[in-house]
Amino acid sequence: MTALLEVKDLKTYFAVRSPLLRRKVGQIRAVDGVDLRVEAGRTLGLVGESGCGKSTLGRTIVRLLEPTEGQIRVDGVDVTRARGRDLMTMRRRVQMVFQDPYASLNPRLQVGDAIGEALDIHKLVRSRGEKRERVATLLDKVGLGAEAMARYPHEFSGGQRQRIGIARALVLNPELLVADEPVSALDVSVQAQVINLMRDLQRDFHLGYLFIAHDLSVVRHISDEVAIMYLGRIVETGPKTTLFAKPRHPYTRGLLLSVPVPDPTRRRGAHAPLAGGLPDPADPPQGCTFHPRCPYATELCRLERPELRPFGDAQTVACHHAEEVAASDPS
Amino acid sequence: MVTSASKPLLVVEDLGVGIRTARGTFQAIEEVGFALDEGEVLGLVGESGCGKSITALAIMGLLPQPVARITGGHVWFDGTDLAALSNEQMRHVRGDRLGMIFQEPMTSLNPVYRVGDQLVEALREHRPLGRGEAWREAVAMLDMVGIPAARDRASTYPHELSGGMRQRVMIAMALICRPRLLIADEPTTALDVSTQAQILDLLLSLKRELGMAIMMITHDLGVVAEVADRVAVMYAGRIVETADVFELFRSPRHPYTDALLRSIPRLDSDLDRLVAIEGTVASPLARPSGCSFRDRCPRARSRCADAVPPLDPLAPGHRARCFFPVEPGARAVEPA
Amino acid sequence: MSAVLEFLAPFATRKVAAFGLAFLVVVLVAALLAPWIVPYDPQQIDAIARLSPPNAAHWFGTDHAGRDLFSRVIYGARMALLTGAGVVVIALVFGVLLGTLSAYFPTLGMVLMRVVDVLMGIPALLLALALVVILGKGLFNSMIAVGAIYITTTARITYGLTRKITAETYIEAVTSLGAGHWRIIRRHVLPNLVSPLMVQATFIFAFAQLSAASLDFLGLGLPPDVPSWGNMIAETRRYITRAPGLLMFPGAAIILTVFSLNLVGDVLRDRLDPRFKDDLAKW
Repeated sequence: MTALLEVKDLKTYFAVRSPLLRRKVGQIRAVDGVDLRVEAGRTLGLVGESGCGKSTLGRTIVRLLEPTEGQIRVDGVDVTRARGRDLMTMRRRVQMVFQDPYASLNPRLQVGDAIGEALDIHKLVRSRGEKRERVATLLDKVGLGAEAMARYPHEFSGGQRQRIGIARALVLNPELLVADEPVSALDVSVQAQVINLMRDLQRDFHLGYLFIAHDLSVVRHISDEVAIMYLGRIVETGPKTTLFAKPRHPYTRGLLLSVPVPDPTRRRGAHAPLAGGLPDPADPPQGCTFHPRCPYATELCRLERPELRPFGDAQTVACHHAEEVAASDPS
Repeated sequence: MVTSASKPLLVVEDLGVGIRTARGTFQAIEEVGFALDEGEVLGLVGESGCGKSITALAIMGLLPQPVARITGGHVWFDGTDLAALSNEQMRHVRGDRLGMIFQEPMTSLNPVYRVGDQLVEALREHRPLGRGEAWREAVAMLDMVGIPAARDRASTYPHELSGGMRQRVMIAMALICRPRLLIADEPTTALDVSTQAQILDLLLSLKRELGMAIMMITHDLGVVAEVADRVAVMYAGRIVETADVFELFRSPRHPYTDALLRSIPRLDSDLDRLVAIEGTVASPLARPSGCSFRDRCPRARSRCADAVPPLDPLAPGHRARCFFPVEPGARAVEPA
Repeated sequence: MSAVLEFLAPFATRKVAAFGLAFLVVVLVAALLAPWIVPYDPQQIDAIARLSPPNAAHWFGTDHAGRDLFSRVIYGARMALLTGAGVVVIALVFGVLLGTLSAYFPTLGMVLMRVVDVLMGIPALLLALALVVILGKGLFNSMIAVGAIYITTTARITYGLTRKITAETYIEAVTSLGAGHWRIIRRHVLPNLVSPLMVQATFIFAFAQLSAASLDFLGLGLPPDVPSWGNMIAETRRYITRAPGLLMFPGAAIILTVFSLNLVGDVLRDRLDPRFKDDLAKW
């Protein structure tokens, strides 16, 4: 079965240039060989901390950034270097929802115009009436009334603006939404509203989601499959329940143990599970990039970078010692 | 719960702060009252706009005057009413007996001075020490907050450090005079989950080592559960519930607290649908009469519009501001 | 109508700026209605009444040719407005063009901005003088010369603003929807430039008065008998001890106009900034 989205060995590198002559003096490997699959109607949660490259990956997939190497296939069609008409076709199938509800809407544009603009760009409507109708339907679908059309973004709350952003992403009837931290900037009580909305929309429109987030609890709630990212690479994937119950990569394990749970009877206690911080992406450690922080690290880890390999039931992991990690369950 | 060994270090009584904006004047916080014992961690929880940061600023005497000012109440700290002190008098208390750390470490670190110099300045503001001695103290403090190679690091500039390191430096600055109370305003919100765990651990171990109390302001219920002894929940400028932390999570009595706990996604449970709270927080300029939560409350009745409910004790050490509080232990949702 | 009221609102609390606005209105009215409100023909010579101090017949007195100073000052308002408007148009049109293109096409932009840097290193008046030497004197040419001075600052400001705008998330969003360069510039960048450029325009208008007056004073702007404030000040050199009013009245006109424009510009700038930062949730 062809996946809705298939990413193979994707790399996005940024050149570090000297100030005046702009000679290339270094390289940041923001995305360093990523494989992914998203099925239609299902959600892949992509988790990582800041600096791991997940936002870069999301932006590369929607072609806001150009991939350095690798392949992106949407419904089997190679769109990695698509241009012109092919690119426009791809844009009708893959859309993005952004993190900051305050910055992602042009403050000078009325909500109706912001949502309907895509229809004009792709020449999908023949009259203003038709455009207004489609925008109104979408606004209804996201829980805002049609009267929102004539108002400006600053008249709405953060949660409402995020709904507007979602409506804008849906106006072209895409099949895949890449959501880059869509609820991180929202208040806790509003997050639930938007998460519920996204789940309803997924069901109604049979959308695939690439849900990028740093909040493990949110990812756990909305995802079907989960991938963990560290310094530009995927280190573990698996079905949600399995991954959260039986993490196979030391980083995943550390992350899960670090999250404070809203239940004082289950305090983590002292000794933070992960020491140190994310290494400098311009100068990553040799071998396995996680080894300086890893309690299971050996000489092998310093020398050889582990590849993502299958492990257990529908899981994959990039670790030389995944068997050991598995043995030291459960969390 | 006040035991015989603990006594109140900070008692906030009926505190109110008014703010003047171009669109009118409003009460940012009203009737705010809580107590903090020595060596205790109080979690002050609420979402944006609830007034928790303003409360902290009012206690520290850091309200942006003249736009904001204390309109009433007392802040009893070690026998003195901080609300009645002048700016000059507050300067002597701040940094010395009362410390504060913020969400963004760069706001309290001056980019053009070395880290060690800033610590020295904070120290010599309140203690008669020579430069050499103060520098040694600064290095010791950097070590205590877990900065490796403290002696060398003291000579670096803030921008040379990572986010987590800068947060530690800010903590060092706030604690260098060994204050009795540390107010932490969302100290880990901008940090990754792994760094957050480290910083929370650090704060708790410093609390033990220095024998101080912490007021932890956050919107993250997980953080509260992890570190707090007692919790105060704020909504629309008022305290709506206070309780021991175990009691609060087991048996929340205010509908807002209850709804909040039901609406957050959790690592330890597998709900199909989050129970979202309807509506949004009212703008401070247009709060409903009576209980400010009534527009969003599934339990609201006509009485809720008539008057603001008082913060009444419902059980020993457990108070809630509600006419129709949730039944004790009635959480329909249990963690899996 | 509500837009006008919204514009006037901040002046209610800033009395000095309100005075500035009122003064500008006076200048505008004077400029528009000049031919109908002046008591004398500004060019009418009256040898007998030369250099008279302010009196009932001549409110501001007369100049060395016996011409009524009050009427000349009023006509000066016309020249001031005309010159100011011309300079603003030139500076904005070319400055914005230069700035947006430089920001949007970075390689071109690097070169252009270095050129702008060099031009900005030349003292403004020298630049204007150089252009007058090349183009010749006269109203139109002095507008170009003075306008050129402000093309550079406008270009720089526009460049910075455009770079900021194009880095905004909503530009990313509309790009991912499929919008092309020109659509983005037209629909998203330019409208967001309007407010800051309006503020810039008031300041350009103010400083244009000073630059134009300097050119006139040096005899390199308008022809000598044309009643502009700068010209009037130039003419007083020999008579200043006998008739200080010859300097004071046009001088005051320039100073007050520039001052008022600055005050109004400040209010505009403050109005436009906190509008979207008025986020009560921060408390």
